[in-house]
Amino acid sequence: MPLYHNDDQAMLKDSVAPFVAEQAPVSHLRQLRDSADATGFSRDLWAQFTEMGLPGMLVPEAHGGLGMGHMEAGIVLEEIGRNLTPSPFLATSVGAVAALAKAGGTQADRWLPVIASGEAIIALAIDEGAKHRPERIATTATRAGNGFRLDGKKSFVLHGHVADMSIVAAKTDGGITLFAVPKDAKGLTADPRRLVDSSLASHVTLDGVEVDADAVIGEVDAGQGILDALLAATRTGAAAELVGVGQGAMDMTVNYLKERKQFGKLIGEFQGLQHRAAHLYGEMEVARATVMKAQQLLDEGNAGAKLMVSVAKAKAGRAANLAVREGVQMHGGIGMTDEYDIGLYMKRDRALAEFMGDVHYHIDQVARMNGY
Amino acid sequence: MSELDAFRTEVRDWLEANCPAEMREPVRDENDICWGGRKWVFKNEAQKTWLERCAAKGYTVPDWPKAYGGAGLTPEQTKIFKQEMKRIHARSPLDSFGIWMLGPALLQFGTEEQKVEYLNPIARGEIRWCQGYSEPGSGSDLVSLQTFGEDKGDHWVVNGSKIWTSYADKADWIFCLVRTDKANKYQGITFMLFDMESKGVTTKPILLISGNSPFCETFFDDVEVPKTQFIGEVNRGWDVAKYLLGHEREMISGGGAGGDMVSIGGAFAKAIGKNEAGELDDPILRAEMAAFDVDVFAYRAMGERFMDMWKTGRAHPASSNMMKYVGTELNKRRHELVMSGGGSEALEWDSEETKGGARPRGWLRTKANSIEGGTSEVMLNVIAKRILDLPGA
Repeated sequence: MPLYHNDDQAMLKDSVAPFVAEQAPVSHLRQLRDSADATGFSRDLWAQFTEMGLPGMLVPEAHGGLGMGHMEAGIVLEEIGRNLTPSPFLATSVGAVAALAKAGGTQADRWLPVIASGEAIIALAIDEGAKHRPERIATTATRAGNGFRLDGKKSFVLHGHVADMSIVAAKTDGGITLFAVPKDAKGLTADPRRLVDSSLASHVTLDGVEVDADAVIGEVDAGQGILDALLAATRTGAAAELVGVGQGAMDMTVNYLKERKQFGKLIGEFQGLQHRAAHLYGEMEVARATVMKAQQLLDEGNAGAKLMVSVAKAKAGRAANLAVREGVQMHGGIGMTDEYDIGLYMKRDRALAEFMGDVHYHIDQVARMNGY
Repeated sequence: MSELDAFRTEVRDWLEANCPAEMREPVRDENDICWGGRKWVFKNEAQKTWLERCAAKGYTVPDWPKAYGGAGLTPEQTKIFKQEMKRIHARSPLDSFGIWMLGPALLQFGTEEQKVEYLNPIARGEIRWCQGYSEPGSGSDLVSLQTFGEDKGDHWVVNGSKIWTSYADKADWIFCLVRTDKANKYQGITFMLFDMESKGVTTKPILLISGNSPFCETFFDDVEVPKTQFIGEVNRGWDVAKYLLGHEREMISGGGAGGDMVSIGGAFAKAIGKNEAGELDDPILRAEMAAFDVDVFAYRAMGERFMDMWKTGRAHPASSNMMKYVGTELNKRRHELVMSGGGSEALEWDSEETKGGARPRGWLRTKANSIEGGTSEVMLNVIAKRILDLPGA
């Protein structure tokens, strides 16, 4: 398959891009931020997403979704990134759906239809410390009565305080098991923190949370494959969103170079800035191709997807980070002001870069996958 | 069986029957690459046989029309041909600037007579061409070139000099940019063709930092060139040159500007050693190699996307400049890491164990990647102006 959007995908982009730009531009983020919004995103906007069928893009048709792929989800995420739109789309419609669809069974039947209908927000309770280390999960699930008792602390749980269900990764006797923990579970507390990009992420405490045996997503002890699917989907989605953030910052900056005058010239005439902008363009193009390749391999179920997902998260992380740093620098003094949007791109990039493994984590993964 | 499948079978059978076993071995040194030409000395009988068999079938230039020495293959057939060649590790029967550069220019700008006259000997490996573009005073600023052809009625008298003429000392003919109108910068250059044995042509190899001399200085001292030997129009050679530079960047972009596109870290496990956790025993170098690997795999995806888009007319026409810039800088970085990974062994310049200092010589050679065919700085200028539409100059 060629590595560009086919006609259907191009049409999707043509409908999603203006929709997000009109309904949720950067001013939408500012409005939520300045009103100290306690949800972390706009439910009205989510309802509009639902009208377009977006929450269920990746949900199989049998469960009421559109049965699309990561390439399509990436189109939505890029626009979310470009407009800095606060949205539960990545965690709910990409990460959670990937896990539930992979697992199938009771929890898939329970949650996939309500995700597709826009009724359910799902949180991913994976991380436990300040850094993403899913291979060292310490939260435990011990058999108790008819089900399990969960104990542990989770961090960086986006939408954790408002989620209808949290997917919790825990250690069981023979491996990793994923659980669908409903919002009202006793012993579950979510303590939301405002992050640098104005989003809300929770510290989640599981203090003897009791769940039934059917809360298991997939099979007991066999959660690793499901967790891997969740991670691959979410990382690829975050990388697509990063491409949007980087592209948005780059476009804004290149436009500024064509407007701002100093020394009697447009600053875009200076070769010192031209070369840096051109270098950034190359990095962003490579990042975009890399993310598309990861999406394509995931959609094909290709065994090489895992490597490319880490490459994509690392490359998109590097490129978007360059875009926001160059963006602030090339804007000069006003780049430091809250009034200009470029600083918001820098903040969003920082949060997304950390989400589901930063550049360094994924570079290390690439070394391991290549045997060194 | 589809037509293409039938073609694949046909090619596979032909290659099996005709490609000598020696020609399926990896290329070990420069003489393993067949350049052809009047002065060519075949390394062995197999090299000669392989060239002759391919030439007879049109397989030295499979996608050229049959009338000009090719096999007239469609793009799909050409792709299959290349896949089948690769499958049995067949060496290229013939490499030459005639195939890569002059051929495409002739196919685009040449007259029918010129195509028949010049393309067939290229396809058969009988005439080896070199390219006369750069001059001592005209590198990146190529259009400032001064080599002058004075109009003498039925011929020009050419005076001047060229530099970085690849293998000029081994070539039979040169395609050459010559100023024919001093008053007109861009529209005063003619794309001439002439025999390197013409009176007044001399060449002098240039010793490079790699210790090799693939390039020459070439001097023209009252060289007479018949006024039939040019491509396109008189004074419009810049159009041909620009087309060829674009073609060259496209070729570099599609054909591995980034060099060997595989993981670098694993290759040095033996030289560097591994710790108990199976990691390279040099954490900082490991990190640099892994970061490089990310960029390699990313660029590989970019190459795939670029070619997919280029072939279907979706790519920005200037995007090959970005590909060349990113790819050549990447290859230079690879060779810096190869030198670090190889340690003191990679410093040996001529020992047998190091294949005559293949690493240091290869490392030094890569420094030219971002200079030849347009410097990285020129690529960035082009991206800034043509893609980002930044103002000025």
